[in-house]
Amino acid sequence: MAEKNDSLFSKKNLQLVTGPLGKNNPITVQTLGICSALAITVKVEPAIVMSISVTIVVAFANLLASLIRKSIPDRIRIIVQLVIIATLVIIVDQILKAYAYGVSKQLSVFVGLIITNCILMGRLEAFALGNKPWPSFLDGIGNGLGYGIILVMVALIRELLGAGAITLPGIGEIKLIPESFYEFGYANNGLMILPPMALITLGIVIWVQKARNKEIIEHK
Amino acid sequence: MERSNTYIIVYSVVMVVFVAAVLSIASFSLQDKQQENVEIEKIQDMLMSINVIATTGDAKILFEKYIKQQLVINTKGEIVEGKKPFALDLKKEYAEKPDNRNLPLYIAQKNDSIFYIIPLRGKGLWGPIWGYVSLLSDKSTVYGATFDHKSETPGLGAEINKPFFEKQFIGKMIYDSEKKFKSVNVIKGGAPQGDVHGVDAISGGTITSVGVDAMIDTCIIGYDNYLKQQN
Repeated sequence: MAEKNDSLFSKKNLQLVTGPLGKNNPITVQTLGICSALAITVKVEPAIVMSISVTIVVAFANLLASLIRKSIPDRIRIIVQLVIIATLVIIVDQILKAYAYGVSKQLSVFVGLIITNCILMGRLEAFALGNKPWPSFLDGIGNGLGYGIILVMVALIRELLGAGAITLPGIGEIKLIPESFYEFGYANNGLMILPPMALITLGIVIWVQKARNKEIIEHK
Repeated sequence: MERSNTYIIVYSVVMVVFVAAVLSIASFSLQDKQQENVEIEKIQDMLMSINVIATTGDAKILFEKYIKQQLVINTKGEIVEGKKPFALDLKKEYAEKPDNRNLPLYIAQKNDSIFYIIPLRGKGLWGPIWGYVSLLSDKSTVYGATFDHKSETPGLGAEINKPFFEKQFIGKMIYDSEKKFKSVNVIKGGAPQGDVHGVDAISGGTITSVGVDAMIDTCIIGYDNYLKQQN
């Protein structure tokens, strides 16, 4: 895609980052990575950490895969991709355990499951193996952030309605619903914390996005 | 481009060896830090059982401040010399026969009151569960309890580490009025009102609740002789 004499932040390259945030979003448009999007959106904090982890992994996996793309034998390319992803995920997991222990406990098994996140394999296979390292890296950043934006959005809605608060990394829990509301009989909606509501919230996000942007509606 | 089989084999071998080396370095260099996190968490849990909230920053300082004595005892109630309670692996100890077990005991002091903190270790539905129970100086009344788990079902068994479950243990007795060991039982369907030896189990978390019940029973009974001697 990128021409030889493209500058590092040419329009084309920047589009690799901005595209996945909107009309080419990995979750809402490409419907990749839904599983983890449903699982860790109960609170905002783990959602943010998960987004950062996925962004780092997908960006560097894209970069590495693209760097060695010419040497990868076609017949074992999926295995090679998996090894790259798995290595990066284990490193991220180890770093979280060392420097963000509390969050790593909350994310528990889901960090390991980044390996099976479809966005990663999807981007490696569809983009990194056919493009130069720099655009691949940007594509990874873009898709990671695109994933993160939706994750945080769903988590914000779920935590606000489900627990009446928002937890941010480094700050802790912020109560957003004033006590007086509760005195008038307002109650947190426990259903929002359960997994089915993640699916419904995500559905609503997709609906709103498609209603605002007709371009991304698939036509039969 | 089609590559030869030799190329593919050599490629995979080199890749795997390289990756293994990278991962070993990562794991090795982060090990100390990870170990420290586990220790700090242990201290936080322990202090939580005597109602002291410690952050990751001040856990070690508070541990020094409140924990006055650390003992290793055996089931006969004798003090075992030369062992560090903090380094004991409870999983291994509880795999031993009761007579061979080394049991850690922490004696804490807060506002002039003495508390006995007993570490617990048991099995839940999917993996290990653990916790700490602190007893008042009468060595029977529970002052506080904390539980945690590795992989119990969220929303069901995993609720054992929530305050609503842990708070139930406060004020319960492990001995009856005749000084007989009774433990605190986790009762499915709910403990009768005013029962000082029972708390409500978690609905939907039966196997985990049974695990907590068994854990409290098998762990605390090991301290029976020690606690009786002290009275």
